[in-house]
Order: sequence, then C-alpha cells, then structure tokens
Amino acid sequence: MPKTPDPVTKNLWYVVAATDELPIGQVDTTLLLDTRLAMTRGQDGEPVVWLRSDEQKGDDIDPESILDRLPVKNAYGYAWTCLGTPSADLFPIPEFAEQDRRNMSCGSIGIHVSAPRAVENFLDMGHFPYVHTDILGAEPHTEVKEYDVEVSEERDEVLATRCRFVQPRAAKSATHAMEVEYIYRVPHPFCSVLYKSCPEDESRQDVIGIFLQPMTEESCRAHLLQSMIDSQSSIKDMRRFQQTIFGQDKPILENQFPKKLPLDPRAETPIRADKSAIAYRRWLSQKGITYGVIPQAS
Amino acid sequence: MPLSVSDPTWYPIASSEDLPFRHVYQGQLLGRELAVWRADDGNVNAWENRCLHRGVRLSIGINEGQELKCQYHGWRYANRSAGCTYIPAHPADAPARRIENRKYPVREAYGLIWSAANDDLPFTGFPGAEGGDWFALRPMPVNARPGDVVAGLAGLAPDDQPADVMQGLSVRLGNIVYFVQPVDADRAVIRGLLAGKPADPIATLRHYNEGLTKLRDRLEKAAARKPVPEKLSPIFEKVSADLASMPDIAIPRGATLPVVVKRKWQNADGVVSFELADRDGRHLPTFQPGAHIDLHLPNGLVRQYSLTNGPGDLMSYVIGVKQENASKGGSKVLVESVRAGDVMAISEPRNNFPLRRDAARTVLIAGGIGITPLLSMSRFLDQSRLPYELHYFTRSGESAAFSSELTALHGRVERHVGLARDAIRARVSQALGPYEFAHHVYICGPGAMLEMVQEVASGLGWPDEAVHFEYFQNDKIIDQSSAFDIELARSAMTLHVPAGKTILETMRDAGLTVPSSCEQGACGTCLTTVIEGEVDHQDVYLNKTEKASNSCMMTCVSRAKSGRLVLDI
Ligand code: FES
Repeated sequence: MPKTPDPVTKNLWYVVAATDELPIGQVDTTLLLDTRLAMTRGQDGEPVVWLRSDEQKGDDIDPESILDRLPVKNAYGYAWTCLGTPSADLFPIPEFAEQDRRNMSCGSIGIHVSAPRAVENFLDMGHFPYVHTDILGAEPHTEVKEYDVEVSEERDEVLATRCRFVQPRAAKSATHAMEVEYIYRVPHPFCSVLYKSCPEDESRQDVIGIFLQPMTEESCRAHLLQSMIDSQSSIKDMRRFQQTIFGQDKPILENQFPKKLPLDPRAETPIRADKSAIAYRRWLSQKGITYGVIPQAS
Repeated sequence: MPLSVSDPTWYPIASSEDLPFRHVYQGQLLGRELAVWRADDGNVNAWENRCLHRGVRLSIGINEGQELKCQYHGWRYANRSAGCTYIPAHPADAPARRIENRKYPVREAYGLIWSAANDDLPFTGFPGAEGGDWFALRPMPVNARPGDVVAGLAGLAPDDQPADVMQGLSVRLGNIVYFVQPVDADRAVIRGLLAGKPADPIATLRHYNEGLTKLRDRLEKAAARKPVPEKLSPIFEKVSADLASMPDIAIPRGATLPVVVKRKWQNADGVVSFELADRDGRHLPTFQPGAHIDLHLPNGLVRQYSLTNGPGDLMSYVIGVKQENASKGGSKVLVESVRAGDVMAISEPRNNFPLRRDAARTVLIAGGIGITPLLSMSRFLDQSRLPYELHYFTRSGESAAFSSELTALHGRVERHVGLARDAIRARVSQALGPYEFAHHVYICGPGAMLEMVQEVASGLGWPDEAVHFEYFQNDKIIDQSSAFDIELARSAMTLHVPAGKTILETMRDAGLTVPSSCEQGACGTCLTTVIEGEVDHQDVYLNKTEKASNSCMMTCVSRAKSGRLVLDI
C-alpha cells in the first residue's frame, strides 16, 4: 500500500515535466507521490495538471474542459504542481533571469531510488573520481577538503560553501586538472542548486539545478536545469554533458541499499567529507519528512 | 515451518566455480544479499552486500585480490576481516575508527560455497559427506516456497526407494543429495551434489538439468495458484555509536591482544624476524600500510614494530627486529629470549605513518631496518598497481632484509649498499628530484638519515605535507631543566612541572590517566592539543609546520618555553 505523504511533503511544489515538452492539447501522464497525474498544455502555453482518471497518454484533450485542476507554476523552464496547499512562492534562482545566461532543461531521467538519496548524491563530491572518472574527478585526486555547511534559518535551506575539488576536465577548454569551487544549496527537500566557478568569466558562476519528482517512495525522476555562461558550446553539447554525468550516477544510485534514505545517524558510516549530507539528513528529520526516507526511531 | 532470517543452518549459496579470482558474486540467503568473493590467497569472503559508508552494493565493487574496493567512493575493505583500510576522501588519515563490514560465516566444501545467518551452529556438512568425491550439478532457481521445493524433490523418488529428507532443506535420492537454498520466502535454488565424478560430465549435467527444469515448471505453476508469501525482511544492524558521529582523527587506543610467536628466523645479518599469529587461528585486526604494533616484552618494556604485511594479509603479522650490538634493552630480549611458541601481548595496529594512495608519484626511502613499514606500503601499492619507487639503503656488511619479499614486488626497487654519507645524499637528491604537485615521499630509517632526507627534500622545494616519516626512537638528548605550570583546561586543574620530571609523569602523579607508549617523543600516542603558551618541542614525531603552529605537543618529552601552558586535557 502506498503511504500518504506527510503534510510537509504533500504541500511542496514539484516538477512534473519540462514545459516545452508538454504537448498542447494532448494528454501526458506521470506519477507524483504515488498519485497518478494527467497533464497537458493550453493554447496559451501554460501547463494544466489534474488527477488522472482514465485518460491515456496521447489522448486528444481540450484543456478548457479540465475544471478540477491542480495548482501549477511555470518556472525555470519546468511545470510545477502540488497535491496539497502550496506556498505562494518557489525558492528563488535569481541567476535564471540574467540576460546573457543560457538556460536549458537537460532532460528528465527516471531512477529507481528515493528522491532524497538522489539529492544526497548530488551534494557529494567524494564520488567524483570513482563514478565520474576523468570528467568531474580522477584518481589520484580523491581528497575532499574541509568545507563549511550551515542550515540557514532565514532562508530555510542547507548551504555548503567553500567546497573545492580537483577536476581533470572542469571545462571543455581545460588542458590540465584544476581546482573547482562549488557552492551547494538545498532550498527544497527534494531540489538542489549548485554554483560552480565558470571557466569563461571568473567573476560569475555557472548554475546547475536538480529537481526531483518523487514518484514513489523508492523511485523518482530527476529533472535537470543548466544556467550557463558559455558562448562557445551548443545547447545540445551542454545537455549531453549533463546527461552523461547523470547516466553515470544512475547505476550507482540504483545499487544503493536500502533505497529509502535512512535518517538515523547510526544507519550508515559518515566521514568528515559527508558534512553536507549529514546536515541534509538532519534538516529532513527536523522538518518531519517521512516520505522516501527511513525516519529515525524516536 | 516458516523460514526465519536468523535460521542458523548452513546452506549452499554458490558453486565454487562462481568465484573465479578477481570477481565478486552476488549471493542470496534468507532475504538478504551477500557479496561473495575469493581473495588471491584462496580465502572466500561472504559479506553483507552493502558498503557501510553509503549502502552501495559491494557486489558491484572491485576485487583487487586482497582488498575489495567500493565503486561509489573507493573505500577499501580487507580480505578476511572486512575492515576498512582506506578512505580516499581523506587520504592523509588512516581510518581512525574500526569500520568493519558485516560478515557471514562461510565455508567451501564439495564444490559448493556454504553460508549461514550466524555462527550459532558449526559447519558439519551432511551425513556421509566426508571422504566422498562430489560433483556439483548446475543450480536451478525456482520461484516457489523453499519448503514446497523440498517436497517436490522428494516426490522425484521412485516408489520403492523413498527419498531421505534430511536436515537443512536437503533431500537424498540414491546417489544424489539435493540442497534447497532458501533465497527468500518465495524463491529457492536447487543445488545438487552427485556422488563420484561422472564419465561424461557434460551429458550428466544436461540430463539432470532437464529433469530439474521439468520439476521447476511444475513447482512454479503450483506456486502461481497459491497466495504469495510475505517476503523475509532482513534487518540492517546499526553501526556502533562511535561510528555514527564524525570525530576528528584520533589515535585508536585499543586493549592488548595475545598472540603466539609462530616463527622466528634470521632474516638477514643483524635482522631477526618474528611471525605473530592469533592463538586460535583466527585472523588478526585490519591494519593499514605503515602501521605498527606495540609489543609487550617479557622484561616489561613496550616497543613499537612496524608490520611488513601486504593488504588483507591478516593470518599473522610479520615484524623485523634489528639486533643491536649496544642493546637498548628492547630488541635484545626479543632476539635472545623469545622463542617460537611463546605467547606475547600486542596492541591493535595503529598508524602514525599513513600512506596516501592518491599520489601522482610515490617515493619510498628506507635505511636499514626502516624497510619494514615501507615494505608494507610497497605491497599495498603493488596490489593496486600504483607506481612507486623504493630506495633501500644498507650499510656495507649488513645484508638486506626481506630480500625475497622485495624481489616479488613489481615496482621500481633499488638497493644501495655501502654508500658513504655524501653518496647517499646525492642518491637521495637524485631520487627525489624537484617537487611537483601530488608527489609524496615516505622515509623510515635511522634518525640522521631521516633528517638528511628532510633537508634534501626541503632544499628541492618539497613542502612538509609531502614528506612523511616515522622515527622509531628519539635519539636526541632531552633537556629537562625547565620548570613551569600546566593548566588542564578540561580537567580544571593547574599543576607544577618541576625540572627533571615530564608533563606526563606530573599528570599521572596527580591521578590522571593519560595514554603513552614510547615515552620518548617518537610514537605520537601522547599527542595533546595546546590551547595557550609556547612549547619547547623535543620530539621527533611532529613535523616542522606542526611544531611551529604551537597547537599540539607530546606530553612525554615536550616542555614549556613560557611560564605556563594551557592543555586541552
Ligand atoms: S558507499 Fe562505498 S565508499 Fe561510499
């Protein structure tokens, strides 16, 4: 029996599709928090999402005829919805609005693991040399240097700063290994945003967002956003790059056991490099999230 | 009888053939998954199929022969003990805590690999197993309840020769014994053993396989008509409380354990080796390359000796002891009075000399008996196929110790015999070369040589963090003439340290228990954080940068330059 999500989880906004990819006047279907959804896009281009009954993917539909709609938001190139009572705003990514940014959705990948496990993996630098060999890291440069983590009260997000890692090919133009600096934000229990020093402009940062759509407690879809300062590469290449990275994470994540994220500190063995993951687990626990996690026994 | 996750019965979980060298096999028993792998020494390991770090299956890990490496963050676990030996995210630290994967009992017999949920029952095989020559049939997985599979097998017996249903879900049918491996409440694997090797093995395998396939189809059809039984849910035990927090790197201070001297032999002129093993034939604790043990000598002294072992090599520890002419008391007793068969106490291995396995280039420089920790390091680097160079300097007349072990290595090993001081210096300088990013050098040998190499390295631009060394003893003359006060911040105590007495002694006199080992500023056991005051370091343990930072000291030899020191004790 799928379990009803806890209220915090239920009231959050979730990405269900890249807006551009939703067919106008045709049904698409998906699953969110064990709930079957149907969606489409109106003539005005705005997404429409509702609880699916017997609609089939590909059916023609007049969006005007859908009266019982779920709340929607169209942001960062994605259609967001909510099964409960959502807050008015979504977390901000101000860079997205900058004039010269190249924003792109990089596809949606289904993964058989819980959404929080995927977020934790996104925050983790220690796996770069092993999972993203020769791209985001390479042996022998395996060290995770000390970095800072805080849970910002005012913004209600986990923030990891001063994260540094040696990368063999931080950028297409890079000829030798260089140390890349990262900032990670977790502004939403199932979304994370990464800021990475930008090879083209030292004063600015590339932004990569990952928005997880929890389908069930043990499976999710990862929707990726890139907001880059790169005048050289084609969108296609930049997309392919992120998809390669994600394709490498997928088999590892799917071999994680148990599939739900254990919040009990004694479930697994943390090291200093896992500081941000520890803060993230604790933050979920304090929020009272029980969906996709193994809560700490009280 | 319903299956239980804690059923202590031994069941087959794989065929011997499933475990070729350098592979990891995914086994299943009673709802849980196992990572099963054969090490290069032939030993079979059956571990919970989960890396204790972040839960990734170890069956997708890499079997390096003596260590299993997790694919997610490269943690390595040793053959036999399943102890973690290396955490790449923090390459400068040896794993400070005892991290061990969960192991299950395992045995290889009659062409099958056997395991059990726990150690409650000894492995006994099956009636009539001993002395037989058994031939393993092809395994047959069946989606049906293990109990139904046993009944199905028993039903294969001809009427006049009823099957013998035995303990542990097994059935004897004439000259075949079938074992049912309970994978889960609704799944099983049939593993058969045929008495005697058949004349035509392929035809025999095919014959039985056909029979079992028919049985499987019947059983699965029947199972589809029954309600699906509830799956067994394995319990993931929690890690210990001290593993769950993230302590700073500390020196483990374990209790002692008894070992028996298995072998004592003259390794080379002036070097005697000892092989120390567990008294009951079990493996010893995991260690990291560069680690040493404290050996408690019959005359009450405690001395440190480096382990020379390679990765996962835990059935005994081998140490090398130098026969000193002018005996310092320690080695003399060992060399003269300790014999094979004697029982001695050792500490758990501890490592003040951790090897980074993330270097672009590793240079190892040994002088005399200093070869011992570097031999261990070479063996680890060798197994992981990492490049390294080992330079071994011996005096003329002294023969090189561990010669055959060195010959077995694949890295660049150079022996330098009888060089004069200047020639050694020149050779070291040539070996080191100018410093480059991610180069590391490890030195072990007599004090004078250590200082020389450090000097040469720093002249060539090598930073302190890239120069690793270990002193066995502190040859310096300790100046104990100062007198000062110490304030112990955590114990809220102020003590006066008079001339002629160490800080360590003063604290002990005041009733504090403080750890120590060599008591000459060489081993690092009494390392203490300094909060305030200027330290007069006299140890050989800390490097220049650490000494200059004025933030830590060794309480056994260091003193104060200022009138007062505030310590974090
Ligand atoms: S999960 Fe195995 S090393 Fe991290």
